[in-house]
Amino acid sequence: MVIERGEVANSWRRERWDSFRLLTPNWQSRLPGLAYEGPDPDGYMTTKEVTQLIERFAALSGSPVRTGTAVTSVRRDGDGYLVTTGDGEIACRTVVVASGACNVPSVPAFSEAVPPSVRQLTPFDYREPGRLPEGGVLVVGASATGVQLAAELRASGRPVTLSVGEHVRMPRTYRGRDVLWWMDASGVWDQRHDEIEDLERARRLPSPQLVGTPGRTTLDLNALTAMGVELVGRWAGVRDGRALFSGGLRNVFSLADLKMERLLDTFDVWAREHGRDGEVGPPERFAPTRVPESARWQLDLGSGEIRTIVWATGFRPDYHWLDVPVLDGKGRLRHDGGVADSPGLYALGLPMLRRRRSTFINGIEDDAREVIDHLARYLGARH
Amino acid sequence: MTTVSNGVNVQALLDAREALKDAPEAARFVWRASSTWRNGVHSTTTVKEFFGLGEERSHRSEAVFDADHPEVFAAEDNGITPIEYLLVGLASCLTAGVASVAQNRGIQLRSVEARLEGTHDIRGILGADSDVRNGFDDIKVTFEIDADASRQDIEALVAQSQKRSAVFDALTNPTNVTVEVA
Repeated sequence: MVIERGEVANSWRRERWDSFRLLTPNWQSRLPGLAYEGPDPDGYMTTKEVTQLIERFAALSGSPVRTGTAVTSVRRDGDGYLVTTGDGEIACRTVVVASGACNVPSVPAFSEAVPPSVRQLTPFDYREPGRLPEGGVLVVGASATGVQLAAELRASGRPVTLSVGEHVRMPRTYRGRDVLWWMDASGVWDQRHDEIEDLERARRLPSPQLVGTPGRTTLDLNALTAMGVELVGRWAGVRDGRALFSGGLRNVFSLADLKMERLLDTFDVWAREHGRDGEVGPPERFAPTRVPESARWQLDLGSGEIRTIVWATGFRPDYHWLDVPVLDGKGRLRHDGGVADSPGLYALGLPMLRRRRSTFINGIEDDAREVIDHLARYLGARH
Repeated sequence: MTTVSNGVNVQALLDAREALKDAPEAARFVWRASSTWRNGVHSTTTVKEFFGLGEERSHRSEAVFDADHPEVFAAEDNGITPIEYLLVGLASCLTAGVASVAQNRGIQLRSVEARLEGTHDIRGILGADSDVRNGFDDIKVTFEIDADASRQDIEALVAQSQKRSAVFDALTNPTNVTVEVA
């Protein structure tokens, strides 16, 4: 049984901004037994299209989905679990937690020190630029969400400042192919959780600076600078009504540029060794991230320059309903490739659950197969 | 990797990282310094004791640092200026980071030199212009590194050493400072 608090594809319907499109090209946005067959394999789905995809999958798979049913508690009961919902209790042998990693926007505690004259939004509240007050916007965070919202807000004519910490830079296309084609084909996306040196770090990695547009444009920091977005360092705190930004901006540029080059090197080596050089364009290298002449390290939040802050500072999972002691000190689920430390309890759809592709739509198939194999063995061993 | 020796015991650092992961109390260090005014703007600061891994500890020997101002400041120049100590801290911290990261990545270093420049508009500390800050406007560090590695790998060493540097963080991010009279 699949329990859904709202409708099928609920978060896609309610928790995305209007212009949102998937980062993966359509041909990659596949689910088991449901490949893309539309007219635009290289395009990127809107939320409406993703919703339709998931609805089609729910129908195709014949999944017994119980919608409009919020889970209020899951606890151990005998050799299984007791799931309490707004609609009664369900006793079960196994539970798969598939509620995702992005239930609540995370906003730093110092946001409380921002003067009340400045409006604060998270990506859950944001819909489109027209709903924001006129005037300057400070976007905090340079993952996919941050760069997309900064670009859209700047295009609306607003002055935009983007606070940049560590980030993942990627070109939209490389040697003529979508960069995610390379991630897929070269096997980078298939690197497994038990092979990665620093799994903890890999699981915390921000989403890459990508946007899905018909023109397949690259939306890195140089593109934003060219649009007139002002870059400042990581927002470190608020003192006397002033935002203080890190002076380490150059180094986060260097780290991201170097990591991107290493990734492109990996692709080039793969193409050469697998005889694929002929089907793609020649290797490319991209200009280093341009360092602003002098990045500001403070900004008076009471001056009226900034009217709105958009916190694109990531998300965290919400497990307040999970009354099983499987969370770590930071409120994250402790698991080994989706197998939690409580018999019969599993997880799916978390960052790098089993491989780098785990959080992408096409990443669920292999993960689910392996996790469900484990679950089936667990049930089988007990009968 | 086994043949590389930069003199850094990386294994001990990796073990400490593992051991301290869930032991925030043991990981809490307190560094200390005590200073005494000599005369004019000359002072002497000593460093010996610190706290860490749950107990009081001390360096093998006490270190003594004289700070003064140069003669162009109408002082006696018994030691470097206090703000120059920040450069000392930054240089040594980044250099330690380069050596550690190189060891961890199996890169043999032959020489690591760094030149540091902090530009400083002294109208701030003189109170001559209230728009000028007291501290550095800008710090520039230039590394010259000779190692068995590509330029890209060397740049990555330097980037990673900044990412894990205590002094780089302390200089680039705000820190609460409480100064009181005992």
